[in-house]
Amino acid sequence: MNSDKNTNTDVSKRDEWPLWEVFIRGQHGMSHRHVGSLHAADEEAAILNARDVYTRRNEGVSIWVVEARHIAASSPSKKGPLYEPSNSKVYRHPTFFDIPDDVGAM
Amino acid sequence: MTSPLFDFLLRQGDNTLVLGHRVSEWCGVSPVLEEDIALANTALDMIGQTQMWLGYAGEVEGKGRTADNLAYLREAWDFRNLLLLERPNDDFGVTMMRQFLFDAFHVLILKALESSSDTRIAEIAAKSLKEATYHLERSRETVIGLGDGTAESNAKMQAALDLLWPYVGEMFVADDVDAAMVKEAIAPDPSTLREAWDAIVLPSLSEATLTVPEGDFTHKGGKNGTRHSEHLGHMLAQMQILPRSYPDASW
Repeated sequence: MNSDKNTNTDVSKRDEWPLWEVFIRGQHGMSHRHVGSLHAADEEAAILNARDVYTRRNEGVSIWVVEARHIAASSPSKKGPLYEPSNSKVYRHPTFFDIPDDVGAM
Repeated sequence: MTSPLFDFLLRQGDNTLVLGHRVSEWCGVSPVLEEDIALANTALDMIGQTQMWLGYAGEVEGKGRTADNLAYLREAWDFRNLLLLERPNDDFGVTMMRQFLFDAFHVLILKALESSSDTRIAEIAAKSLKEATYHLERSRETVIGLGDGTAESNAKMQAALDLLWPYVGEMFVADDVDAAMVKEAIAPDPSTLREAWDAIVLPSLSEATLTVPEGDFTHKGGKNGTRHSEHLGHMLAQMQILPRSYPDASW
């Protein structure tokens, strides 16, 4: 189990700022994309830090931050059972259809 | 005797130049990486504003001096910045308190200058105001966070406030240059901004659980250049050495 001090849920016992994952929606982006992570004392500070660290060159129009410890992740050791069964099911990929140009982004 | 408009523009440009340089001194040595980047952004914003103010000042003066000439080839006594802004960075608390006290003033004067009768000034103010508004949000949050933080951070922020409070008054002292600007509707009388400044700063300091020092003594002599502190000369020595040692150097 992760013993990183930053994941301590008792705020008074933390001696470093918690880690935040940053998601930014760009000028023409349809969805928020993960751009990186940073440290900040609270969520307001995390958004301000994200603004300074990740949108310096006018990259974004919307910022999401989420404390890293709230993200549940799949385990790399279960890679086989989770993903390999879909390898042989080519019919699940929508590559057999012609998409008309005027549909736009899908 | 220089024109009041030239003096007024130097004041704006020297405020952002001196504070911008001070803030840039944190580059690479800030407490955490995130603050390092944020402080560098703030410094760059202010240097960008300086280029606009001093560029226009040079045009108004009409002697062919550029923004660079004014920034790098003047002596300490030629500078017209507030004494507050030439204070050394000291610790991070002092830096952020100085930033907050100025940002609140900066936002107010830029708002007023947006409706200046001088369209160049109104344009510079409109562009600068967006940046200053962000600076204020950030410095305000930091002052509140550290003031209402641990016993140690609270003590440091209180010490910072006690140290800098006697420099607050100079922002609101009006003189002949200000009177000339008011007369031509170029800029507001700075003394009229105090009430709005109090309305921004005092509740924030209270939220930060800090005590405003008593007394209204204020150091003066920065914005008219008569009594700069010893700190400005040292800062300029570092800031100006390259263009003075290697005139017209470029890269």
